[in-house]
Amino acid sequence: MSANVAQRLKSGLWQDNPGLVQLLGLPPLLAVTTSFVNGLGLGLATLTVLVLSNVMASATRGWLAADVRVPAYVLIIASLVTCIELIFKAWFPALDNSLGIFIPLIVANGAIIARAETFASHNNLADSIIDGVVMGLGFAMALMALGFFRELFGQAQILGDLDSLFRHIQFDGIQIADQGFLLLVLPPGAFITLALAIAAKKALDRRKKRRA
Amino acid sequence: MTTNHSAVRAVLTMVVIATFCAILIAATHHWTADQIAANEQARLEQSLVPALAGLDFDGSVSGSLMVLQPPHDLPGDDAAEIYRVYADGEPAAALIAVTARGGFSGPIRILVGVHYDGTVTGVRILEHQETPGLGDKIESKRSRWVFQFDERSLADPTMESWAIRADGGDFDQITGASVTPRAVIKAIRDTLIYFNVARDELFAAPVAEANE
Repeated sequence: MSANVAQRLKSGLWQDNPGLVQLLGLPPLLAVTTSFVNGLGLGLATLTVLVLSNVMASATRGWLAADVRVPAYVLIIASLVTCIELIFKAWFPALDNSLGIFIPLIVANGAIIARAETFASHNNLADSIIDGVVMGLGFAMALMALGFFRELFGQAQILGDLDSLFRHIQFDGIQIADQGFLLLVLPPGAFITLALAIAAKKALDRRKKRRA
Repeated sequence: MTTNHSAVRAVLTMVVIATFCAILIAATHHWTADQIAANEQARLEQSLVPALAGLDFDGSVSGSLMVLQPPHDLPGDDAAEIYRVYADGEPAAALIAVTARGGFSGPIRILVGVHYDGTVTGVRILEHQETPGLGDKIESKRSRWVFQFDERSLADPTMESWAIRADGGDFDQITGASVTPRAVIKAIRDTLIYFNVARDELFAAPVAEANE
């Protein structure tokens, strides 16, 4: 069982990473990753929705007929996202402000309905929760990595605005230089960074294969 | 007969799920509504008070809202918001939210705080879409640029000197962005001109409905 979990973790975080390999949920991945804290915030929100929607998909798998499965999932995911949005507005207003439209847009993240439909709809509750967690973590890690990179090179800053997620932290980030490479924070920088991340992942994989 | 049966079943399934989702959202809304309203009020107050630069005032600022619909003599062609600030029952200052046209990428919403005597208490940028890393230095959290207007008035510097140095004026520019500061400075100047003319009329208008 634990070997199984480890294997699944590796799959979600690396081999089948929803962001970098399956290329699901690209709009939020590209749009919000201008800073680490944005990536972390949206990553956590997506992770929560993914786990809950997997739970619901798994729990209804016994009696939900195949022909209404997709509309039912759309309804469930939309409701979960609405709830998450309200919770963000209530308890993380600063983050809600900076993520803006991308919280409601979690609804359109293909990774969520894909996991509900292809995995949770015919697996038991425990497996579905694990799947939601590892896939969500994989997506969140991709968001954080891209955010960290773009913030570091685009704004010459590390971990800025952390207080928008953790209200009690008085930490304004580390400013390393006056000005970064601006292009990276602008939309083209998102594509460039994503391409670099995918290339880096492939290069690592290839090197590992050659060694083996 | 069987198709009929499965159609009925599908509808019933969706009804059950829709009901469940509606309850979920209603419960979350109920649970977060007060906190969200409080956050919005706090955010409004927080966005207003800094432009007063520590001035003492009675009660809360956001209660004295007065909205001027266009056409009006303030900058911009959309509604301007005016908050009147009293200290010990006497008019002390006004906060005027106007829209500066002519920014580099879209309208810039500016909050100008003016002492009763016409000197600036402080200026803050409420909303903008200027280029990250360049034009966004007008934000008070990104640079000190916007603080140079504190305690200035239409007599200091003279009307013609309300411009950036590159245009023969008296105010600092922002490296790499000259369109943005021009738009902001012009909007501040025009707001001051309006205030000097309309001051008594503004404070004579009752602080009514807006106060709950």
